[in-house]
Amino acid sequence: MSALLEVRDLRVAFPRGRSDEVFALRGVDLSLKRGERLGVVGESGAGKSMLAFAILDLIQSPGRIAGGSIRFDGQNLLAMSEREIRRVRGKRIAMIFQDPMATLNPVLTIGRQMAEALEAHGRISEREARRRSVEMLKAVQVPQAEARYDAYPHELSGGLRQRVVIAIALLAEPEIIIADEPTTALDVTIQAEIMALLLRLCREREVGLILITHDLAVVAEVTERLMIMYAGRCVEEGPTSEVIARPRHPYAAGLLASLPGHTEPGARLTQIPGSMPPLGALPEGCAFRPRCEHAYARCHLERPELEPDLPGRRVACYLPLGGRT
Amino acid sequence: MTDAPDTPAPEAPEPAPPAATGPLVSVRGLTRQFRLPSHFLALKKPKLQALGGVDLEIDRGEAFCVVGESGCGKTTLGRIVMGLLGPSSGEIHFGGTRIDRLSESQRRPYRARMQMVFQNPYASLNPRRSVGQTLAEPVRALIPGSRAEEVRDRVIDVMETTGCAPDWADRLPHEFSGGQRQRIAIARALVTHPEFVVADEPVSALDVSIQAQILNLLADLREARGLTYLFITHDLGVVRHFGSRVAVMYAGRVMELATTAEIFARPRHPYTQLLLSSIPKLEGGSFSKERPASEPPDITRAQAGCPFAPRCPIAGERCRREVPKLVAAGAARCACHAVEEGRVAA
Repeated sequence: MSALLEVRDLRVAFPRGRSDEVFALRGVDLSLKRGERLGVVGESGAGKSMLAFAILDLIQSPGRIAGGSIRFDGQNLLAMSEREIRRVRGKRIAMIFQDPMATLNPVLTIGRQMAEALEAHGRISEREARRRSVEMLKAVQVPQAEARYDAYPHELSGGLRQRVVIAIALLAEPEIIIADEPTTALDVTIQAEIMALLLRLCREREVGLILITHDLAVVAEVTERLMIMYAGRCVEEGPTSEVIARPRHPYAAGLLASLPGHTEPGARLTQIPGSMPPLGALPEGCAFRPRCEHAYARCHLERPELEPDLPGRRVACYLPLGGRT
Repeated sequence: MTDAPDTPAPEAPEPAPPAATGPLVSVRGLTRQFRLPSHFLALKKPKLQALGGVDLEIDRGEAFCVVGESGCGKTTLGRIVMGLLGPSSGEIHFGGTRIDRLSESQRRPYRARMQMVFQNPYASLNPRRSVGQTLAEPVRALIPGSRAEEVRDRVIDVMETTGCAPDWADRLPHEFSGGQRQRIAIARALVTHPEFVVADEPVSALDVSIQAQILNLLADLREARGLTYLFITHDLGVVRHFGSRVAVMYAGRVMELATTAEIFARPRHPYTQLLLSSIPKLEGGSFSKERPASEPPDITRAQAGCPFAPRCPIAGERCRREVPKLVAAGAARCACHAVEEGRVAA
């Protein structure tokens, strides 16, 4: 089966000074089948949010997409006019951001905003808009959905707001939801509620999910496939459970080993020395090399490409853990 | 929010030498209200009950964790213990001496002995002071009469123990990454050689790979310097890794208190159970069961009964009427009528 969304060698650049550029994405591939759930994991500055913005053509000037292709359902998104892309963005590909107030308009009622989402699909009577919106609020388990339809966003708790954002996203009957740290601002008990809901809805409605997060455990709970990003590139990709059970890239392994609470209590946490280099000052060769204890001469000279590894997996490393296949 | 503490009494005892026995820090019946903004003619001034009566004892050498969700009062607790905020009522004892009613000059020696690390190392460091100046400041302010070379020696020593490179001394905070800044903030907290450090979400703003570096550093320092921590966090993974004992807070009250091993092996309070079952796990399973939408507790209204009762699956009539007390339950202490009545195994 061919992929619903196919991103190839995507590059995003920001100007630095008069004639120079810094690349926030340095050639990223991504593919998503219909109904598939993919996790994109990385630390701040790794480029994971940039990837989401680029897919939806939301890179703000002076940033620009500097190369690559994005094919959605056979069409090249990068070749589309702004009008055409609006028929995709927010409709066939919906977005959920970390801060629900980035999506919700504080001066409009929940109902007004839901009706707008429905009207974007075509004319609809006020009664019908209300009926379908309330139904959707019930589907995302907002209590007292009728009353909440007439409420303003500030009258709702953070968790309920995020449920409303999910409801609005689903009204458009999207084929893919891109969720960028959707529960990072929420408490852990509310996170569990929201993610369980999102997981069920995606399964039931066969909606694909690209879940962007720094939290490997959240990705492990929700996704089938996983991409680990570092310094604007994907360093490892594969089935989520396999990557977590047996990471091949030293960075992926280091991230997993440094998670507190998953190792012997009180034992020293494995730490990755140093920190991710700024995108404007990446070293020659492998970007992870200065922090990697396995690095050897070749890692200084050449940049490892993301290449097929174990079945269904890819890794960008000359010396993957456990040996070359 | 406006602060409304009791005015501190002018007279207070001289700082006593640290008592060798007994808890290093104890907190008794601590409450704290904040006034919420309202119309100046409003008859009812709305109040927020941030702490609703907290009792804690922290022994020497402990890494005592306070865990809870936003609004549970954990940060307010840390700030009151440090004296950055006054309590509305209750007592704080340090090394056997009551310190919450001391004047600023009487309090100063204690400020050297108890220090704080904040969550955001971008906000907690003065951007116009070099690292060396930042580290010298607490020594000059809190240890009067320190000679210049003593200050310098302390700064060099603390930089070495916290993994700050010597050449950092002349540089400004903006030249450093988040993890490096948190190292500097920890060095600043330790430069007066405190016995007790309150760390409020010290790794929450950091990336995972950097969190491990800072947690290892804090653990090493506890060992090397015999430090006692009050470690405030929302992250149960950090608690499990780092804590000796843990207090689980909800809506300004301690719901359960036990050793970390005990809490994770046998959570008794329904809230603790909910919290633990909500943690995402690498092996999965936490998001497979859907729960109805829950509302955070309303701490602006006076609570009748247990604050968790509206979300509690086993709440009974008594839970909505009477606030449960924190009482012994097996190897833990728990504030739950159901546990007390034996409806839930202790």
